[in-house]
Amino acid sequence: MTSDLHKPSETEYLNCIRCGLCLAVCPTYREVLSETASPRGRVALARKGLEGELQLSPNLAGQMYACFDCLACNDICPVGIRPADLAMGMRDFQEQLQPIKWKKTLFGRLIPKPIRMEAATWPLRVYEKLGIRHLVYALGLRNLLPGKVRDLEAMLPHLPQRPLRQVLPEITEANDESRYRVGFFLGCAQSLLFAGESAASVRVLARNGCTIITPKETVCCGMPALGYGLPDLVREQARVNIALFEKANVETIVTDCATCGSTLKDYGKLLADDPAWADRAATFSSRIRDVSEFLMSIPLEKPQGRIGARVTYHDPCHLRRAQGIWEQPREILKMINGLEFVELPEADWCCGSAGSQLITHYETALKVLKRKTDNIASTRAGYIASGCPGCQMQLNVGVRRRGLDVQVVHPVALLDRAYNGKKEK
Amino acid sequence: MDKSIIAQLEKIIGKDGVLSTPEDLAVYGYDGTFEDHRPDIVVLVRTTEQVSQVVALAAREHIPLVTRGMGSGLAAASVPFQGGIVLALTRMNRILEIDQANAIVNVEAGVVTADLQTAVDELGLFYPPDPSSIRHSTIGGNIACNAGGPRCLKYGVTGDYVLGLTVVLSDGRILHTGGKLIKDVVGYDLTALFTGSEGTLGVITEALLRLTAKPKFARTALVEFAALEDASRTVNAILLNGIVPAALELMDETAIACVEEALHLGLALDVEASLLVETDGADEASVLREIEAVAKICQETGARQVKVAKDEVERANLWQARRSVSPALARKAPNKLGEDITVPRSAIPEAVRRLKAISAKYGLPIVIFGHAGDGNLHPNILFDKRDLGQWKKIGLMAAEEFALALELGGTLSGEHGVGALKRPYMEQALGPVSLEVQKRIKAALDPLNILNPGKVFPE
Repeated sequence: MTSDLHKPSETEYLNCIRCGLCLAVCPTYREVLSETASPRGRVALARKGLEGELQLSPNLAGQMYACFDCLACNDICPVGIRPADLAMGMRDFQEQLQPIKWKKTLFGRLIPKPIRMEAATWPLRVYEKLGIRHLVYALGLRNLLPGKVRDLEAMLPHLPQRPLRQVLPEITEANDESRYRVGFFLGCAQSLLFAGESAASVRVLARNGCTIITPKETVCCGMPALGYGLPDLVREQARVNIALFEKANVETIVTDCATCGSTLKDYGKLLADDPAWADRAATFSSRIRDVSEFLMSIPLEKPQGRIGARVTYHDPCHLRRAQGIWEQPREILKMINGLEFVELPEADWCCGSAGSQLITHYETALKVLKRKTDNIASTRAGYIASGCPGCQMQLNVGVRRRGLDVQVVHPVALLDRAYNGKKEK
Repeated sequence: MDKSIIAQLEKIIGKDGVLSTPEDLAVYGYDGTFEDHRPDIVVLVRTTEQVSQVVALAAREHIPLVTRGMGSGLAAASVPFQGGIVLALTRMNRILEIDQANAIVNVEAGVVTADLQTAVDELGLFYPPDPSSIRHSTIGGNIACNAGGPRCLKYGVTGDYVLGLTVVLSDGRILHTGGKLIKDVVGYDLTALFTGSEGTLGVITEALLRLTAKPKFARTALVEFAALEDASRTVNAILLNGIVPAALELMDETAIACVEEALHLGLALDVEASLLVETDGADEASVLREIEAVAKICQETGARQVKVAKDEVERANLWQARRSVSPALARKAPNKLGEDITVPRSAIPEAVRRLKAISAKYGLPIVIFGHAGDGNLHPNILFDKRDLGQWKKIGLMAAEEFALALELGGTLSGEHGVGALKRPYMEQALGPVSLEVQKRIKAALDPLNILNPGKVFPE
């Protein structure tokens, strides 16, 4: 092992006394019921791997990838150990020891390039636009798909005709008097898959006195690369995004993606050791606001339209734990006339999305999802709101698998509907 | 592990229940202590029948077998020092029946104790034992160690709620003890024999547990003392006034500081000790009267402040603080040795004094907290195992802690069990006659010595 490798330090695991408290809150442990799938187990494996008691084998790395990074263990540990962060650190370390080429291609050359991503996802839009998807559902063809493919298909929301990046203007003027000049960070998944929701976020901001600047050359926030052990790629992406928003000359940068928000807020930490960028990154991160966080910090117009529906809310891990935001989205929902808000049991329990776990850890992701779907069903809600595209896709799979008549929405999209006075069934 | 044995285990349980990679083995070698030893194989069973077949196989092949729940034990009782099979019961986690008419629940051993409590709570029933590990320990482990907890002062320990057990014996036969009966004097009390046997006499796979009516009201107070001595005197003052609180917990200044650092609850840091007192019952007025009486006594015994929790959130915070004490101490040092000596409750102030003296003598901190109301204290020595000088002192300090407990008419452990760590002191605690009787019981039930070998008894 050469010394220029960045590896987790001893302080990240040394004081773990193996009390087991983290097992209680770990979504993977609670489904798999094996110590190997627990935060304490991962900390032990990391320690034994780093200290040479175990080989840094593919299986050991695999256990680090089995973590859903929901951060619940970080939160509960009274000692201050952060098992989820340690698992991330181990992914990074493993990637330095044995780099995997396809990851560099996927996370370095495809995902951060909006044009390439838009091209790559074009078939999906065609699938929706030409009505093929409608036929697949109407004729029951979906049931002919193998289970896993069917579940992946079910992740997709109603896809936009064009990515929002191509549609949204660089500057959106405030509806009336402009009181705030804010930047808008348009996330990849929001632009490509949930374009309608981000369009709604921008409308809501404009209605509440914001002039919105949306730089079009932004690249992926970096979370996927971070999750696959490539923090250097994230740093490259961070520098691009920071420079772009410096040019935009805004004091506040809003995002409606929980995952983007949590990553952007971490740029300061990620670039802390880069003298040229540390201050710029810290300033950038201090300006990031989740859309619900920002809206509840300004005098928000009370919507007059009614949404006569029972609505529940799922806390994205990247919003509740990574950013400490959980009251604001609920407050937004409770503002809406006619809306009956019902608290979801275990609202902050991971839904099992974790970005790509449905693809990489199908069995466990489905079990974690089932727990969530059971809880959703128990609320008898017609809508489940959640401000995270990853969660929304996963929740889509959950409600479709179970045949629930539940719509998955962004809380701010509901606010937008209420502003537009649309009456709901 | 021999390939043919792995194949046989896979045949019994299925492939997904047999773990043998180096990574799997590495995480099944520890519990909540600093001890660690790799097993040769791990099996995650789902039924009593599977347990029976696994134990029969172990007996045939003379393989040591260590039963394990969630591995939160504090005596190294589930550490497989001799290798062999770790039999994990975490997947046996079904609540088989909640018999409301008889207020009895039938559970598999792997049910998490907090899940059991939640399930019966929804029906207005109450399972009182509440070890601090309630969310990360299984009922099987609780029974096997006869776990206690804060509420035991008023409600009794785990064993007081066990009415019957399903136990797999060391030859694989399945034994049923007790039944849905409050009174039962037919034959020896085998239920009690297996309760607290730490996996050395049989494998507990199912249990019938007695429930009670849920106390409708509770009031919780945090009482701060400028002097630790005053806090420990107060314990007896409260109990001698005819009040039986649902809990009467002591935390010293280091314990408070660690919890505050972890949870940021706004606990006062300029006190030497706090008592956490809870009263509960079916009648709100009497619960309130009792907590007020407690407050008055505390003021007379030198309390600086009595804070009664205003609502359920404050109460939950206080309990979270108390339950987090033990792990939070690890903020101060990489290792800790948490004991749970028990003394007659009148000896609490003297025990606290002597523990402080041991700490001063060896120059290592001993944090004191615990269930002062029932005489069960948790002195925790904080240390760094990598420092040989410190590591050498640990054994000597533990020995002095045990000696003081015995001198004051107490014993080694109130709720953690003996496991591996307290074995050297067993003879001192029990005397040769008791020890000999117990060894004969072990030999009768486990003649091959395959069930959790090397635990409880001194070699």
